[in-house]
Amino acid sequence: MSQVIGKPINRVDGRDKVTGKAKYAAEFQVPGLAYGYVVSGTIAKGKITRIDTSEALSLDGVLQVFTHENRPRLAWFDISYKDQDAPPGSPFRPLQDATIKYSGQPIALVVAETFEVARYAASLIRVEYKEEPHETSLEANLHRARPQKHGVADLLKPPPPKPKGDFNTVYEESPVKMYGRYSHAAEHHNPMELFASTVVYEKGGKKPKLTIYDKTQGVTNSILYVSQVFDIPFKNIRVLSPYMGGGFGSGLRPQYQLFMAVMASLELKRSVRVTLTRQQMFTFGHRPATVQNVAISASADGAMNALYHDARGETSRFEDYTEIVTNWGGMLYPPENVTQDYKLVPLDVYTPLDMRAPGGVTGISALEIAVDELAYELGMDPLELRLKNYTDLDHNSQKPFSSKELRACFQQGAERFGWSKRQFEPRSMRKGHNLIGWGMATGIWEANQMPARAEAALLVNGKLWVSSATADIGTGTYTIMTQIAADALGVPMEDVLFKLGDSDFPVAPISGGSWTAATVGMAVHSACEAVGKSLLELAKKLAGSPFKGAKWEDIEFADRQLRLKREPTTAVSLQTLVDLNGGKAVRETSTGLPNALKQKDYARATHSAAFVEVMVDEDLGTVKVTRAVSAIAAGRILNPKTARSQILGGMVWGISKALHEESILDHNVGRFMNHNLAEYHVSVNADIHDLDVIFVEENDTIVNPLGIKGVGEIGIVAMPAAVANAIFHATGKRVRDLPITLDRLI
Amino acid sequence: MNSFTYTRADSVEHAVDERVAETGARFIAGGTNLLDLMKETVEKPSRLIDITRLPMTSITETIEGGLRLGALVTNADTAYNKRVQERYPLLSQAILAGASPQLRNMATNGGNLMQRTRCYYFYDAATPCNKRQPGSGCSAIEGFNRIHAILGTHLFDQEGRALEPQCIATHPSDMCVALAALEAVVQVTGKYGERTIPFAEFHRLPGNTPHIDNALEPDELITAIDLPPNGFADNHMYLKLRDRASYAFALVSVAAGLELDGDTITNARIALGGVAHKPWRKPEAEALLVGKPTTQESFQAAADALLAGAQGYGANTFKIELAKRAIVRALGQAAKLEPTE
Amino acid sequence: MYYIISRRTIPSLFVPFAKIIEQPQAHLVLEVHLLWTVMTLSAEAPPKATHTPSLPPTHTVTLTVNGTETQLQLAPWTSLLDALREYMDLTGTKKGCDHGQCGACTVLVDGKRINACLTLAIMQEGKQITTIEGIAQTCTDAPDGLHPIQKAFIDYDAFQCGYCTPGQICSAVGLLNEGKAKTTADIRELMSGNICRCGAYTNIVQAIEEVINQQTV
Repeated sequence: MSQVIGKPINRVDGRDKVTGKAKYAAEFQVPGLAYGYVVSGTIAKGKITRIDTSEALSLDGVLQVFTHENRPRLAWFDISYKDQDAPPGSPFRPLQDATIKYSGQPIALVVAETFEVARYAASLIRVEYKEEPHETSLEANLHRARPQKHGVADLLKPPPPKPKGDFNTVYEESPVKMYGRYSHAAEHHNPMELFASTVVYEKGGKKPKLTIYDKTQGVTNSILYVSQVFDIPFKNIRVLSPYMGGGFGSGLRPQYQLFMAVMASLELKRSVRVTLTRQQMFTFGHRPATVQNVAISASADGAMNALYHDARGETSRFEDYTEIVTNWGGMLYPPENVTQDYKLVPLDVYTPLDMRAPGGVTGISALEIAVDELAYELGMDPLELRLKNYTDLDHNSQKPFSSKELRACFQQGAERFGWSKRQFEPRSMRKGHNLIGWGMATGIWEANQMPARAEAALLVNGKLWVSSATADIGTGTYTIMTQIAADALGVPMEDVLFKLGDSDFPVAPISGGSWTAATVGMAVHSACEAVGKSLLELAKKLAGSPFKGAKWEDIEFADRQLRLKREPTTAVSLQTLVDLNGGKAVRETSTGLPNALKQKDYARATHSAAFVEVMVDEDLGTVKVTRAVSAIAAGRILNPKTARSQILGGMVWGISKALHEESILDHNVGRFMNHNLAEYHVSVNADIHDLDVIFVEENDTIVNPLGIKGVGEIGIVAMPAAVANAIFHATGKRVRDLPITLDRLI
Repeated sequence: MNSFTYTRADSVEHAVDERVAETGARFIAGGTNLLDLMKETVEKPSRLIDITRLPMTSITETIEGGLRLGALVTNADTAYNKRVQERYPLLSQAILAGASPQLRNMATNGGNLMQRTRCYYFYDAATPCNKRQPGSGCSAIEGFNRIHAILGTHLFDQEGRALEPQCIATHPSDMCVALAALEAVVQVTGKYGERTIPFAEFHRLPGNTPHIDNALEPDELITAIDLPPNGFADNHMYLKLRDRASYAFALVSVAAGLELDGDTITNARIALGGVAHKPWRKPEAEALLVGKPTTQESFQAAADALLAGAQGYGANTFKIELAKRAIVRALGQAAKLEPTE
Repeated sequence: MYYIISRRTIPSLFVPFAKIIEQPQAHLVLEVHLLWTVMTLSAEAPPKATHTPSLPPTHTVTLTVNGTETQLQLAPWTSLLDALREYMDLTGTKKGCDHGQCGACTVLVDGKRINACLTLAIMQEGKQITTIEGIAQTCTDAPDGLHPIQKAFIDYDAFQCGYCTPGQICSAVGLLNEGKAKTTADIRELMSGNICRCGAYTNIVQAIEEVINQQTV
């Protein structure tokens, strides 16, 4: 019975966040804490020939300087360094040897009594290098593109399906066609919180005990990594991450500050904190730059008959990071002749890393600009073209979607936006120097569910304790899990204490891919149900129990009571039931598993339609996104307030990606040069105007019994193309390279 | 950040004496740029002389009929000062186009003049930079120079032959662009006493010594900035173009001030930001406007003259055309031919 | 092999040679290094130490934070932000960039919002410093122990991860104190010194408008 699911409830962690009480990884104070400061390399490729730490070591308060020359012996095989999100290849090992693999690589860690001393000492370390030629330019190395190496990652990120039909012939013979070459720059996640790990050291038996506060999107991932690399049993390690100051994918892999802090702590037998600088936030994973080609043809009535989409993405020399860039066309559109291709170009950069809607926003930004181009080749309204080519089938897998209310997104989004008033011709709206344009695009993202575990316990005081080792990276996990638990056992939300971000809790996967709500939601639901079933057994033991013959299907939980569905007045309070449990909590741990049998015949995805209005100064090239509407079909919305925030955030990201974001790699030095928040531009408040979110109703019992699809990614996917298409409509200029900075428009 | 000592100055003389006594000493007031650069190890002062308690915190009238802005008045207090807003709205507008409210609450008028470039390579000790380390080379010329200078980078030998530029950094201030247009005067005090520096001579072009930003002697302290009586209050515009709507440095900015007799221009000032090592002015281009009607043609001619000799280095070449369009727009807005948004 | 030789880099080619011959093992590796000395460029040759590094002297610094005076023994290089977070355990004030580029460290000093990362603790002696931990006390009407801005942030879901939030709230209170924001556009512009990577801007603006409306009613 749904009491709170679906209601716009305030975040349960809101008070902690607005009062500054919420503590993040670098904020746990421990006596005797030492501070680590990372020294970053300055060349892109080569070897360290000399590293002089003597001056740093001579400084009062410096405890140690760790380099490749004096680091402890650690795990030997690559497998020990593989985390849950490791792509095929050989993971980067900090301080492994003198080899420099990318610019900004951590080459030393100074540990000192205070942060300031460590920072000063770091500046005293002298390094000499033997440089080797480096290659960091994707454009200059496209000829080296090769297929990806295969590994476990393929399960979640399958390579494009084999070509079908005959693209070349059909495209050649079609009356209407388009072709475009698209590119976008590398981007960095830049969550507001700096990556940090606080390692609390305690003497153990044979091995020390470590309590680690880590900035991560999965405490399980961190504990696995630390245990394997440093050969410490799980029972001696506890990783905590109760709050995470933004992830967006950056915390899907353990970052090097965790390695550094644990290493220093073990060697010095002290508690150590390592916090990266904002500049160093540009020295690990990023969204890879890509170059893409898209060609689509159609018959004169607008029916698409052939689609080609290829992408070349950068990766590092040591790992094959992949993302799904080119598969989306086959999922969204029905042409019979399709070639989708994806290749990698290894460069002297760090391995790229999933960043909000990885691959999705990358590929769809190109695809949906291409579809707009086709509309203009056809002389057809862009929305009409999409409706003309609407399909309920995923043409890659030839499976129907478990649910797909994209048509409702188009209809409701267009209505809210006023799309019907749009004139087809570009440059048809103007206000003074400003050209006004309207553009739209479609979005799609996968609706996945992973296995996860959760524990629920009805405590002796009648309160419900629920836990899972998942994360709340700002997504609202604390709140929606509290809602799910409250409804599952019919208790008010204030009776529920949901805890996460602790490796002592039942295991959950890294929090990403928009799967946390479904994954952990099902685990929480399942654990609460298990408690419910135990409570029913207890109810049967009541003297003269009216529940004796009752089956699970016959009862429900509401108003802190277990009761008969057909006769709600026959009820017993949960407190009464837990009192029967011999002074113990009623405690159950359960696993939420995706129902593969039910899912296997369906494609599962969320969809969106984004409508955008821009104002472009004709002379000066400045762009303002004056309003935008996103209509979202994402299954059941657990909490419209937090879900709306997720979509708003995604829309802001989309605007930011379309107009601002670009990590500038100087290929002469092989280094990201705008490695700070003054020069790496993300949207600020003044860039954002009216944003509107619509959740269309979408019922889906195939994805999971709760009908959850996830909303973390879908908000960004359609936005960059919608912005670019609106700019075309305003100016008549088709910009195929993101970000669309003013110099690309004047 | 390096190790340094700290002194709190209790008078201007004390501050100057401390500075004279120690070559590596630096004055600190708002600290918004100096501490930023110290954390990057670009600046490594041996001593910081805290001047925030010195009596340079007011805005007063000058005998010429202008305003004297104390060096320690914050950018925010200057921009929101009633007399500044009424008589020098161009200055107010320029200050409010820069940085963020927090930074404007900290940054002082004197400090704004002392801001150093935002060149990526200057900020990153991993790359060669003639401004940070003379003789090490300029990474920007053949690197990523989208935010760099298009004017005043040329270098000639004694025979007038063109040499390769040493530095293509820009001055990042907005406030200074307005001060250049207003022909402000900088009041400084050093060990030999006080002197005044006309604004046009305060900042300098990089030449062979790009590590020197301005005409200040090492012992000198800015005490005030004098604004001449004419504030172009009736016809002015500060137009700033940047990569996002706020909290970003200018790609190109224009401070324009006009005096009009009907629709005839009787006096004009134009200063550009984001295009050179200093706020860029060219009196000949301004003179072209005098006696001309307030038309696009007049503005375009001035814009072309201002950008004469501009040179792009690849990624920043777009700034030449952008600057011209911005000048035309800003003059049009100053002449009230166009809405200001 | 990779090398750049241009007019701008020639001076630095000579430095590595000088450094190599100072090394004890120089004779063994000299040939290899000589080759590299000519062929490679190290971006900036590390300068030789000219002095023995030492720590700065500390001072007794008295800070008044949220109405309470605290004496700390600090070196001048401690920023106000680090003093709050590392020396006073007031971790509500966040470090997001440490360079005045994000606003996460916004606190109020004598009622005005500033970036705590770009000022030295020692320079803030004698000032009234207010952090997120004390922001509710600055307001006479703080039901439930929350400043109206804090409450509005919860109600309008004006945050997600919460990391920029204390800075946004202190900044919003600073904005109210300044009294310059008359329109929605003003609020957007005057809150642009606080980056929210989660993208909660529209909700932040609504929360602030709500409080401004309450105040003017």
